[in-house]
Amino acid sequence: MAKTLQFDLVSPERRLTSVQATEVQIPAAEGYMTAMADHSPTITTLRPGILRVRSAEGTAEYAVTGGFAEITPEGTSVLAERALPLSEVTAEYMDSLIAEASAAAERAAPEARADADLLVQDFRALRTAAGV
Amino acid sequence: MPSLKDLKNRIGSVKNTRKITKAMQMVAAAKLRRAQEAAEAARPYAERINAVLGGLAGSVGQSDNAPRLLTGTGQDRVHLLVVMTAERGLAGAFNSSIARLARLRAQELLGQGKVVKILTVGKKGREILKRDLGSHFIGHVDLSEVKRIGYANAHEIAQDVLRRFDAGEFDVATIFFNRFQSVISQIPTAKQIIPAQFEGEGTGSSSLYDYEPGEEAILADLLPRAVATQVFTALLENAASEQGARMSAMDNATRNAGEMIDRLTIVYNRSRQAAITKELIEIISGAEAL
Repeated sequence: MAKTLQFDLVSPERRLTSVQATEVQIPAAEGYMTAMADHSPTITTLRPGILRVRSAEGTAEYAVTGGFAEITPEGTSVLAERALPLSEVTAEYMDSLIAEASAAAERAAPEARADADLLVQDFRALRTAAGV
Repeated sequence: MPSLKDLKNRIGSVKNTRKITKAMQMVAAAKLRRAQEAAEAARPYAERINAVLGGLAGSVGQSDNAPRLLTGTGQDRVHLLVVMTAERGLAGAFNSSIARLARLRAQELLGQGKVVKILTVGKKGREILKRDLGSHFIGHVDLSEVKRIGYANAHEIAQDVLRRFDAGEFDVATIFFNRFQSVISQIPTAKQIIPAQFEGEGTGSSSLYDYEPGEEAILADLLPRAVATQVFTALLENAASEQGARMSAMDNATRNAGEMIDRLTIVYNRSRQAAITKELIEIISGAEAL
């Protein structure tokens, strides 16, 4: 039995899940990273992507955007501005996110434009990955 | 001396009022429970984001290239007051206590020669402040269509505030709301959100962590979210306070109506008895005269 870590997924409105997980795959700012028990303490921001939580009950997947993850040897907390179980993600939901990000990119200041465009691409990738 | 019929009508109408206030109290109690649950559910996120930012602000805050949301613009000439009130009245002193606090602050700032801009959230506060400070209004957020406050509402308000900040419209932003203490006590609170202030700042816990990307990049990414989170927390506290205030106000109203009914009933019975006695006296003295 692998060591477990306490995993919490929290959105501004409520705590979505809180389980003992064996590993958590996080869509971090600089690429996917996997947190397991005894990971060195890390704080990272999130990109839009899929969060995978492996626990005794199986694997749970969530589409998350915006926020950050706090990893300590004992546990991992993901604070996501929007989080939804992958099975509940619909094409309309993704389209609305993409439309919002695109609109933000249009308005963005020149120096922030590249980042904003990247965000739109991330949402598109997430949409493909979610398979909707 | 009102006639018996008048008294009867009066008692009837006060009874109706009592029914209404009683119903409002019960509705407020149910809503209060939901609002409290929402505020409770939102707490972990707010606490965590504040803890992380507090740590980060302690370590990065002093450097020169710290984000302006944290350090401010270097001036405090133009103040933005975000006044959050309810969309509805009949909630005791709920709306007027926030408005009073905001008005005092605005007058103090104006006295110091500062520029004051006011953004109102909720219609009641706008109505109260309009007479004195109407010329300082720069915007209004209408939440009357919103049944249940969600993060999206807070996000919109925060985006509006941040856009104005980026455009250089103000230097300091403060939100005014009622902090929920209990059903009978809500504390009008002013909280500065820009430049950001964090409780437990400089705990030094941040050095324990690896940051990916760098500390400053994370700070720049999280600060706008923290503003939205603070607005969201304030909205939820306000919603719970509003229902709490309404509940106790309606409780008082119900009790007052009950007392009034008792008093009126006594007056009614006395005058009815007086009329009967008078008639009897008239009959008896008429009989004796024969």
